[in-house]
Formats: sequence, C-alpha cells, structure tokens
Amino acid sequence: MSRTAGAGEALLEVDSVAKSYGALDVLTAVHLSVPAGQALGIVGPNGAGKSTLLSVINGTERASAGTVRFAGRDVTAVGADARARAGMGRTFQIPRPFTHLTVFENALAGATAGAGLHGRAADDRALEALVLADMLDVANTPAGELPLLGRKRLELARALATDPQLLLLDEIAGGLTEAECDSLIATIRELHAQGITIIWIEHVVRALLAVVERLVCLASGVIVADGEPDAVMRSDEVQAVYLGGGL
Amino acid sequence: MVILNALVQGVLLGGLFAMAALGLSIAFGILRVVNLAHGEIMTVGAYLAAVALSTLGVNVWLSLIVVVPLLGVVGYWVQRLLLQRALSLGELAPLLVTFGIAIIIPNALIELFTTNKQAIPTGDLAVRSVQLAEGLRIGVLPLLTMLVAVLLIAGTQLFLARTRSGRYMRAAADDSETLRLMGVDHRRVYAYAMGLAFAIAALGGVFFGMRQGGVTPFDGQLLVLFAFEAVIIGGLGSLWGTLAGGIVLGVAQTLAGVVSPELPLLVGNLVFLAVLVLRPTGIVRSKVVV
Repeated sequence: MSRTAGAGEALLEVDSVAKSYGALDVLTAVHLSVPAGQALGIVGPNGAGKSTLLSVINGTERASAGTVRFAGRDVTAVGADARARAGMGRTFQIPRPFTHLTVFENALAGATAGAGLHGRAADDRALEALVLADMLDVANTPAGELPLLGRKRLELARALATDPQLLLLDEIAGGLTEAECDSLIATIRELHAQGITIIWIEHVVRALLAVVERLVCLASGVIVADGEPDAVMRSDEVQAVYLGGGL
Repeated sequence: MVILNALVQGVLLGGLFAMAALGLSIAFGILRVVNLAHGEIMTVGAYLAAVALSTLGVNVWLSLIVVVPLLGVVGYWVQRLLLQRALSLGELAPLLVTFGIAIIIPNALIELFTTNKQAIPTGDLAVRSVQLAEGLRIGVLPLLTMLVAVLLIAGTQLFLARTRSGRYMRAAADDSETLRLMGVDHRRVYAYAMGLAFAIAALGGVFFGMRQGGVTPFDGQLLVLFAFEAVIIGGLGSLWGTLAGGIVLGVAQTLAGVVSPELPLLVGNLVFLAVLVLRPTGIVRSKVVV
C-alpha cells in the first residue's frame, strides 16, 4: 500500500535544523537521517523540542535554519499540504478531528486530497484506513462524539488515508489504558510491517520499545543519544536527562 | 383578509432576506469572516445587472449568467489577495477590511453612476400577480424569489454535504491547519467559499433590484442589516435557519406595515432584538455544519 523509496537510501534527511521563536531556541542543529522502512522512536523530557521537530519535518512549522529533505527532494520551503501530498502523514498529540464531519468523512478528506484519489478508489482507501485503525464500526459517527481512544485512532486513520510513506506519531499512546495501549501497539506494528517508515514521539516508553528498532533522545533542542533502543535507554545521557543528573 | 395577505407577503419577502443572508452565513460559517461589505457586494451585483441591461440590451435573466460568475471570481480573488492576509493578522483585521470595502463601494458607485436610481426593468414581471382568493394576490416575482431562495439553500446544503469541495469547506470550518495535513491548501478552499458567498450575494442583489425596480449606491446598508438579522434570528450556522429567520423578519415587517407605513423597519429590528435577548442561539437548532 505504500510507495517506497530505494532500499537503504534515506527517506528523510534532517540537516542542521534549528527552530527559534524570537529569543527562544527550541531546536539547535538537529541532524537525523531515517532510512525507508525504519521505525524510529524519540524520547526526551518535556520542552525538549520533540513536537517542534515533527512540525518542522511535516511543514506545520518552518525551520529557522537547516534543511529537510524527503524522498530525495529538498522540502524545507514546501508547505504542509504539499508535504502531505508527497507522502508525509502526521498525528497530533492532542487529537484535532474535524468534529462536524463523520469518521468516514474525516478519513475521506485524507484519501481524496493527500492520496489524490477519486470516487470509489478514495472511498476504498478511506475504508481501508478505518479498518487498519479499527474504526469501521464508528464510520458514520460524527467525529466530535468520539471518546479519547476513538479520537487518537482517528488521528491515525486520517493520516493513513493520505497513503503516507512516512508516518509521524506524536504521543499517540498517552492517556490510554493498558489494554487500549496494547491494541494501538499491535496496529502500529502492523503498519511498520507493511513498510511504512515511522517516527514516533512517546512518553510511554514500554509502547515505544515494543515497536521501534532505533531510539533517539532529544534534550534542549539537540540529539544527545541515538542508536539501538536498549542501549540508548541505558546510556549515561538518557539516564542523566531522565534522572535529573544535569547535562 | 388584510392580515392573511400581510402574512403571505411577509413570508415571500422572507425569501429575499434569506437569499441576502445565505452568502453572509457561508462566509461566517466557513471562514469565520464577518463580511460587513456583504450588502455592498449585493449592490454591486445589481449595478452590474443594470449596466448589462442598458449597454448590452439583454434582459435581466441573461445578465445573471454574466454577473453571478463574475462576482464569484471577484470573491475568490478578494479572499486570496486581501482577506487571507488579513486573516493571518487576527480576527479583527478581516472585519476592518470588509468595513473599508463597505465604505469604498458606495462612494465609488456615486462617482460612476451618481446617486440616481439605476433602473432594472423586468418588463411586466414586477407587477404581474396571481389571485389566490378575494383580496389575496401574490406577486409572481416574490414567488419566484422564494423559489430561488429555497433551491439555493437546498443546493448549498447538498453541495456541502455530498461533494469533495463541500467536505473540504466543512473541514476548513472546523480546523484549517489540520486540513493542510490532509494535503489540502486551505487558502484555496477559503477562496472558493468566498467566491460562492459573493456569487450568491450578487444573485440576491439582482433580485432585490428587480423588486425595487432599480438600485441606489446606499442600498447595501439596509441589505446587510436585514441579512444579519435573518442569520441571527434563524440561528448562526444553520442554512435552513436563514430561511426561517428571513421569513420571521419579512412577516414582522409586513404586519407592521399594515398598521403604519412608518413601522416595518422599527418592528423588524425589535423582533431581531427580542430574539437576541430571549433566544440568542436562534430559532432553528443548528445541527448542520456551517
């Protein structure tokens, strides 16, 4: 279901990216290269710039400096809508459904615009995304009436409907019960198995470690650790960040 | 019979108010832009029709084929070039921009056409009527206006509910930034919505001009007032509500007119204020999007 870049080639290249709001530097020189098909987790304390990094990647925010390359193309100056059409899907930490549209219509917007499909093909794509996110039973419910888990799943379904090569997940497991979290993990594992490249920010480390094969730790706007998940979790840098040892 | 007659005329007048209110409702519902120049856009529509009539010699129905799409295109570009920039500055900026447009247009019209009424002749349509009973005649033009208003509202409702562009407009009304994540340029969606609002305003303006036999530069001030009152009475966010609001306003005005020709405006405004105080959400419960 996914368009794939050449094997081994980086799908996403973040090079020296910085982002500041006035005098406040949220990101300073972030380098990140993500090969196609990889599932990458990002951890880090609150305020480390994790969500901002996702925003700079998907174009919701523009980088103050540095470049973002996606599928071999420099997209630093490209708008979020064009990046979505190029194959980037993103979910928000606090779900933002189109509350007056039904669940199906929410997904359909992604299928028609993001994936560029028409008519039956778009309907099928939207339905497929709802099946993947396990939402078929509430397809005709107005999105504004969904409970939290439903809203989180809808964020995922809508992003999937755009037929993404790269899926950016922002704390999608936060606030869920253990059982809900487990079913979400299963869903994300399946997406990973289908070859979708995933970058996932998460505080629920258990969920993250169940899926990702590489872990990055972001602190104060820079990457302080990067590698195999268990090794990163044990590293002095991460221990310092999480246990307050001071960097 | 006098009362019944006034009721029927009032309901039909409501069709015109609903048409005036529809474009305003779309602009507010989808873009959250309060278009203070809405009445002036209607006036411009009527002027363009008058010009088409006098220069091209076409009849008023043919003029609509040019006037309505033309103002639709104008609306698209006004949104893209002017209001979109204003929107990025905050909520107050678009309000001020439309206020400015509302001042510029009548003065430009005076420069171009003087303050004299520009005639919009309709043949004998404006005076033709059908007799329903002794003392109860309804005009063909008001009836036609009501019919067009109902079709417009039904059509708009269907467009928003069933088409891809309509879905994007409803989604943009909820959260335009998230719509970008779906791959949609929300600025284009906004521009199309404003184009639709302008086109419907132009149509309403021409119908108003036909009813009045012509148009003057300052007609927009009353039109925008009636449009706002119809939207508020009917309930913000409900398209069928604008029809209900238009009818309530129309009936209030014509009933007051039976008592004294001085009263319609005053009573219409009092009914509006009463709804605002007693039932600020409007008389129709808003269940549909916009």
